Amino acid sequence: MATHVETGPAPAGTATAGPPPAVAASGVTKRFTGGVVANDRVTFESRRGEVHALLGENGAGKTTLCNILTGLYRPDEGDISIDGRAVHFRSPHDAHAAGIFMVHQHLSLVDSLTVAENVVLGWSRTGGVRYSPHRVEAEITEIAERYHVRVDPRARVWQLSLGERQRVDILKALYRDARILILDEPTTVLTPAEIEQLFSSVREMVAGDRTVVFISHKLPEVLEIADRVTILRKGRSVTTVERAGTDASQLARLMVGHDLAEGRVRRATAGSGSQAPLVGPRTGSFFPTGGVPTAGTSVAGIGDASGAVDSPAPAPMLRLDAVCADGDFGRQVLFDVTLGIRPGEILGIAGVAGNGQRELAEVIAGLRPHTKGSVRVGDEPLTSGDARGAIERGIAFVPEDRMGTGVSPSLSVTENLILKAYRSGAAHAGPVLLMSRADAEAVSLMERFDIRASGPHALVRQLSGGNVQKVVLARELSSEPRVVIAASPTRGLDVGATEYVRSVLVGAAERGAAIMLISEDLDEIVELSDRIAVLYEGRVAGIVDAGRCTYEELGLMMAGAA
Amino acid sequence: MNTDLVVSLIVSAIVYGTPLVLAGLGELLAERSGVLNLGVEGMMLMGAVTGFYASQQLGGPGWIVLIVAMVVAALAGGSMALIHAFLSITVRVNQIVSGLALTIFAGVIGLSTYAGQVWNIGGQHGLHQLNRVDLLGLGEVPIIGPILFDQDPFVYLSWGLVILVTWYLYRTRTGLYLRAVGEAPRSADAMGVNVTKYRYVHTIVGGALAGLGGAYFTLAIAPIWTAGLTAGVGWIAIALVIFAFWRPDVLVLGAYLFGALSSLGFTLQAYGVQMPSEIFSSLPYLMTIVVLAGASTTMARRRIGTPAALGVPYVREEG
Repeated sequence: MATHVETGPAPAGTATAGPPPAVAASGVTKRFTGGVVANDRVTFESRRGEVHALLGENGAGKTTLCNILTGLYRPDEGDISIDGRAVHFRSPHDAHAAGIFMVHQHLSLVDSLTVAENVVLGWSRTGGVRYSPHRVEAEITEIAERYHVRVDPRARVWQLSLGERQRVDILKALYRDARILILDEPTTVLTPAEIEQLFSSVREMVAGDRTVVFISHKLPEVLEIADRVTILRKGRSVTTVERAGTDASQLARLMVGHDLAEGRVRRATAGSGSQAPLVGPRTGSFFPTGGVPTAGTSVAGIGDASGAVDSPAPAPMLRLDAVCADGDFGRQVLFDVTLGIRPGEILGIAGVAGNGQRELAEVIAGLRPHTKGSVRVGDEPLTSGDARGAIERGIAFVPEDRMGTGVSPSLSVTENLILKAYRSGAAHAGPVLLMSRADAEAVSLMERFDIRASGPHALVRQLSGGNVQKVVLARELSSEPRVVIAASPTRGLDVGATEYVRSVLVGAAERGAAIMLISEDLDEIVELSDRIAVLYEGRVAGIVDAGRCTYEELGLMMAGAA
Repeated sequence: MNTDLVVSLIVSAIVYGTPLVLAGLGELLAERSGVLNLGVEGMMLMGAVTGFYASQQLGGPGWIVLIVAMVVAALAGGSMALIHAFLSITVRVNQIVSGLALTIFAGVIGLSTYAGQVWNIGGQHGLHQLNRVDLLGLGEVPIIGPILFDQDPFVYLSWGLVILVTWYLYRTRTGLYLRAVGEAPRSADAMGVNVTKYRYVHTIVGGALAGLGGAYFTLAIAPIWTAGLTAGVGWIAIALVIFAFWRPDVLVLGAYLFGALSSLGFTLQAYGVQMPSEIFSSLPYLMTIVVLAGASTTMARRRIGTPAALGVPYVREEG
């Protein structure tokens, strides 16, 4: 009775005899201003020592429920209990004190502080006034080793990749000795290797009798890691099932309420780089790209200036020759990167976060100087670090940091849309902006790119992530660029917006643009790309045909083992 | 140049730099919490006038009078800062507007001058002045004696504060939380740090230090009061915080550099060097411009700089 022994799978969704659930919500309702009911009488409970997945589509109420469990929101109705005792959290801090910690999707770390400083922020193990970096760093290293969560405690957070930042947040939870950890879509920002590492940490945590609540909408990973699964749909808890007694198709049905339709965007061809020739809108010429014999890891016909002659392929639209660049600390992060992207081609850039992807994108967009080598668009070389030159040569940039680099959040949709067009666009007479014309242009772009906002004057920061990204795409792609650099373009977006963004990129490629797709989502890269280049420690570890490579092959290159 | 000249240059650099150290440390604390206080000049003027008035009115042993006068000056600066804190933290008025308004309100054509006239302290010669204290009897030691061991208590206090604030910022939990509040209030809030409390406390303490800095003029440099006697030192203190990259140790060096420039004219005159005084009087202000331009480029290059949430009111978000 006192020990927690299960002799068989408990009936799904019912309370078990024995110890009370580690965390439970019953009848929880949360309404937001505007009448949205994010949680509608949700019931959820999780035992000690289990991985409990919260499965549901974007907007199903998973994150809201967990924000209630961790004191960020207060429920309008319903009760929360920890180990059988009712709790009323007024802030996340109360929740931390009760042993429950949530690792958010948008991590709340202080960029300018070190990892150690972030971990101890708001929490003291000893209660003392003094902050002793050495002691805290030692404590963190010890926890990090026990749970396989590797981060340098002395690094400053802004230097870290998103995967590493997530580990900092997990360390925060473990440092507070949280008994219940809630991970909100933790794999979104991780590479396959990092996901494996995370799962091994999670297994280590539940082995220590902690509870891990794992929010996800990805079936394979839920099936891999969870012991039980609670499904939410449209703000309601549908049911709870044992992992052992279910499969992907049942979960999918429960999640969407009907069978999943095959509705994903696919390239017209199976990723062999031979889609139908298309008319390039800028030049009016054909870009036949069929029958390109790119195979294995060669960069045939792209590596050297004369190579194009003996290849039947058209000259690459974007060509990088032995490009080197320094990172934010003046340390070299790109080493002799040589790549070419032909018109109409999507080149995926795969790699573990922090292997030079961001810097590569910035070099091409003219936001970071390259120290050696050359970047060419068509025949024109780009001046190092000349963003305006890059724009003028037809390079569009969809940055990773949407809100910071992609848009100006406190300007309106119209203003954001004309940010780049102000030099060439028709929306001005001399130095004077013709706002009515700009608004009209904005309205038509909003329609074309399906931007949902109250109007062209809505401030961009009021839009959802998907709509913000559409504003960026509308601005960048409406000028029919020759080259598109898209960095993690779908990260954090819901399914619908993700599909939309992908279709826009595919559409741009079909109109003849050369697309570089940088993503940490390997599925996305494999699905959309014609060829895939893997970056490892700032070098091109290999370039492969998307149609002919395997995940193992990519994984090995990403890990630097190929 | 002889040694005497150098020593006396350094000594007066310290004297004229001390109000900058005090007010600068105060501004540094407020800005580290994310509150930009442009009312420093006004707070210094209020400290100067109230401190002087208190020292003239009170009876009793000189050192007690002076301590009380310092406390009065700190309270005057602190209560002005409380107004700024309320306006910018609670009411979320634009911090630049609020700070400027306070400086104008308390400035040369405002409250501090009015108070001085009402109290009629304009022509008075001070009854008390903080004298130099020969610490440990080492004041006679050549060179370092006059610089390190023969200063007034305000100077020793400012040195103690520099060490204290440095330790506080980097080696205490509250200091760490303060830095987090200035950089990422939302994250700090989520970790249970009371953002509002931290901002109030550090803004008010900052104002109190500005008040003390102002009182240094009337209680230590010269025991007289004239309208607007700080002459822009409060503004230089704000610039100094930027120049110091929000670090107390750099701030103290910068303060003495400005102190040296401010006092260069008098010192050289005393040694018989003849130069138009306008040149010397304008030096600190010219230096402010040069230094700010230099500091900004360094900050841009080395990615160090302004607390990220400086000047931004914090609103907790509940969906």
